[in-house]
Amino acid sequence: MNIVFALAGVVMKEMYRRKDFYVLFVLTAVMTLMMASVNFFHDAKVVRIIKDVCLLLIWLSALVIAVTMTARQIPAERENRTIFPLLAKPVSRVQVVLGKFAGCWFACGLALLVFYLFFILISGTRENYWPMLQFFKAIWLQWTMLGVVVSLVLLGSVVFAAPSSNATICFVVIAGVLLLGRHLNHLAVQQAEPLRTVVYALYFMVPHLEWFDVRDFVVNDRPLPGLVDCGLATCYAALYSAVLLFATWLVFRRKALNQ
Amino acid sequence: METILETKNLRVEFKAQHSRGARKVAVDNLNLKVGAGEVFGFLGPNGAGKTTTMNVLLGFVNATGGDAFLFGVNVREPIARQRIGYLPELTYYYKFLTAEELLRFYARIFKVPRAEVDQRIDQLLKLVELEHARKRPIKTYSKGMQQRVGLAQALINNPDLLILDEPTSGLDPLGRMKVREIIQRLKSEGKTVFFSSHELGEVETVCDRVAIINQGELKVEGRVDALLDQYHSNLEQIFLKIIGYQPQLAAL
Repeated sequence: MNIVFALAGVVMKEMYRRKDFYVLFVLTAVMTLMMASVNFFHDAKVVRIIKDVCLLLIWLSALVIAVTMTARQIPAERENRTIFPLLAKPVSRVQVVLGKFAGCWFACGLALLVFYLFFILISGTRENYWPMLQFFKAIWLQWTMLGVVVSLVLLGSVVFAAPSSNATICFVVIAGVLLLGRHLNHLAVQQAEPLRTVVYALYFMVPHLEWFDVRDFVVNDRPLPGLVDCGLATCYAALYSAVLLFATWLVFRRKALNQ
Repeated sequence: METILETKNLRVEFKAQHSRGARKVAVDNLNLKVGAGEVFGFLGPNGAGKTTTMNVLLGFVNATGGDAFLFGVNVREPIARQRIGYLPELTYYYKFLTAEELLRFYARIFKVPRAEVDQRIDQLLKLVELEHARKRPIKTYSKGMQQRVGLAQALINNPDLLILDEPTSGLDPLGRMKVREIIQRLKSEGKTVFFSSHELGEVETVCDRVAIINQGELKVEGRVDALLDQYHSNLEQIFLKIIGYQPQLAAL
């Protein structure tokens, strides 16, 4: 585990030494603060709109950070050839995969904490209401969802040659799952066989990332799922992440690294 | 004498580029043995199979046939690389890290005890004369400085075997002298050094034994002094003769 954490440390250092995270955070902060300074339509409940937009920006920023950062990890190691001095040490390829996953996932967690701290400050000061357990559950669920995203992108990074094509494909897949995932079973009912079975199979196969989206609960101050449900959701995400990481290792262990 | 590095009937094949299904033999039936405390020169023209052999030893490429061992452990096991240091031909390091951070990262990989890490980093940065730049990101370093960071990282685990791939390539005379001094120092400490180089004068100076390969096959292996006696010539002339260089053809 020491090697995995050492690798993860390098990934995290890379994140906070690049500009991506700061740009996204400043964008989110500026847009939210601008909205907060305007009273739309003299609506007393404008704070909900601000919370909604701020959470949407946090979701988008977290996805952008997770996908772009993860997509470049292994290809950059190969392109810059840093993989050679690394693998010349007692480091196995499975440790490289796990280290990259841990680094990207922890970095996403760190970014989420900063974003949510800002969100909690904005929402708390406006509403004089601090439901910390609710916020903790929201952060936790989003972070576990990002674990699945990071694993998926990591798999893409050993399959597709260019990080840009991997990132684009992953963005499309993730957006597709988030927007259409919950409707696939309804769609299946309307189809004739064998398409019905195919769509049903797809419904049960894709990781339902939309289940982790609890923005609506947070915005409308509705109670979030209980700790048991959060635990089950965590197991669900962990299972998908494990399967995707195993697939990544299967592809990566055979990958030629000719100099 | 303990065998530190060994290849047994090593064979490496690749898919040939631009020809469907054809295979290219990069290394063919290579048998090498390097004993403890030896400085071993691994020589050959470009494309002879030196780097491929090193890639197998370092676990980057799997052998098609035969086996390779470091300290008696098959190179397929990552633990075989616990006691080695590797310096690649060109510098390939995380440019956003400082020299100190890079060395700390590799020390952690080798599980160097925490109490020793700081002391070892100080010693190595002093050895490669980078103390003044230890807090600067590697991306701000000159080529020579980056090569010296490479040397420091290769020594971070106090290795018993050092694998150097053309260590003086691209270095100025001072840098070459420094590398040569370090190899001599390691030799005097009883360490084993396995290195490839095109600087045959340098090889003649520092190596105990050499192997010359051409087109993937081992052509000659022996002690440097014995080869010089046998051929009544310097190492460069011996090398050219063995690889079949014909001056009259070159003149045309």
